Amino acid sequence: MSTTETTASGVGPVEGGSYNVDNPAPYIEAPRQRTKKTPKSTRGNFEMAAWLFMRLSGVVLVVLVIGHLLIQLVLDGGVSKIGFAFVAGRWASPWWQVWDLLMLWLAMLHGCNGLRTVINDYAERANTRLWLKGLLYTATVWTILLGTLVIFTFDPNIR
Amino acid sequence: MATPTMEKADAAPEPGFADSPYITVTFRVRRFNSEVSAEATWEDFQLEIDPKERVLDGLHKIKWDLDGTLTFRRSCAHGICGSDAMRINGKNRLACKTLIKDINPEKPITVEPIKGLTVLKDLVVDMEPFFQAYRDVMPFLVTKDTNEPTRERLQSAEDRARFDDTTKCILCAACTSSCPVFWNDGQYFGPAAIVNAHRFIFDSRDEAGEQRLEILNDKDGVWRCRTTFNCTDACPRGIEVTKAIAEVKRALITRRF
Ligand code: HEM
Ligand code: SF4
Ligand code: FES
Repeated sequence: MSTTETTASGVGPVEGGSYNVDNPAPYIEAPRQRTKKTPKSTRGNFEMAAWLFMRLSGVVLVVLVIGHLLIQLVLDGGVSKIGFAFVAGRWASPWWQVWDLLMLWLAMLHGCNGLRTVINDYAERANTRLWLKGLLYTATVWTILLGTLVIFTFDPNIR
Repeated sequence: MATPTMEKADAAPEPGFADSPYITVTFRVRRFNSEVSAEATWEDFQLEIDPKERVLDGLHKIKWDLDGTLTFRRSCAHGICGSDAMRINGKNRLACKTLIKDINPEKPITVEPIKGLTVLKDLVVDMEPFFQAYRDVMPFLVTKDTNEPTRERLQSAEDRARFDDTTKCILCAACTSSCPVFWNDGQYFGPAAIVNAHRFIFDSRDEAGEQRLEILNDKDGVWRCRTTFNCTDACPRGIEVTKAIAEVKRALITRRF
């Protein structure tokens, strides 16, 4: 019973604090109380646009991604056929250039916004959010720019 | 001189009487008292209880017979006032609407305060952030007509049926405190506020629907909903909470475009 006594009070001697009527323990505040100081927030339409974009880009991505996977991995010999020549051949056609460009932009923006909501939902401290989102946006912009550059400046005769 | 009945009572109980309806149940209650400790702890209570009784009856037995310091809210005891939402066996329910027999009394029954709100003592939480979000959506009839009405505001049966489901809310907070988005930062308006906005947005007599939609278009408004469906599962009134949220989202989109 003596061991349960100590856990019943929950505070070991190491933690030092002994709480009583005159010295109650602090409450664990709800994560962020809405107070007068909380910024009266952004009622723009951004969140609505983001929400709609996730659904619309998702629908388009079904076609683009499944088509992409079929062409690259399944049809006509599967992965073994992929090589420099195969990629060069496809990007010779504006159709596949636009396909890949669209897939790049939509998937990156979709994935970026998806991760933005994940960060909003899971990161607890304002600083953690800031850094994670900074990293996310940097990676997204970098990948989109690099990918776009490659699609437009690809030179099949490079050696 | 003993009567035959007395003799019988002294002897082995009659068949049928032997199996008393009472069973032994363990209540494992999450306790917190800031005047004793900064930590919350689990405490077990053994009860003799009829499994057809409710969790609230078990809590009463503890408070009245075993430990008078146990603190929880309840008022009506019949699922109407919305005072006693708590996390029972890991699910948000009303203690007064949960029968012992329905929640596997062979194992200890865990009872905790609802999550995402500050615990004040034992099962009592600070409901203020919850009611703040409720007040924010203006949960009252608004009309442009500033004169005293001279007659009843009539409404067709179909118009009334449009928002019937969301009139049933008793503000117990079971839904909002079951929502993982609310748990994280407590800024999300939460399902209950949206349900109560829905109740007026879709009321043909109300004229502030546009204003309420604008309030819920906030970055912590309806768009934070990830359709987890925890709220619909938690609602003791059987309100289709996630559906109501989706209807508000749809109204926002169709009014904008
Ligand atoms: C294949 C077709 C796809 C469809 C139909 C689709 C659909 C969706 C939808 C509707 C959401 C929003 C969920 C919510 O708001 O609760 C979402 C979230 C998300 N999507 Fe996609 N998506 C697709 C492809 C992709 C791709 C290719 C990526 C990666 C680049 C991706 C990454 C994400 C992420 C990270 C989230 C956030 C996860 C979450 O909110 O739980 N999706 N997706
Ligand atoms: S919608 Fe249901 S769960 Fe949410 S506060 Fe109202 S009655 Fe409680
Ligand atoms: S005590 Fe009123 S709803 Fe349970």
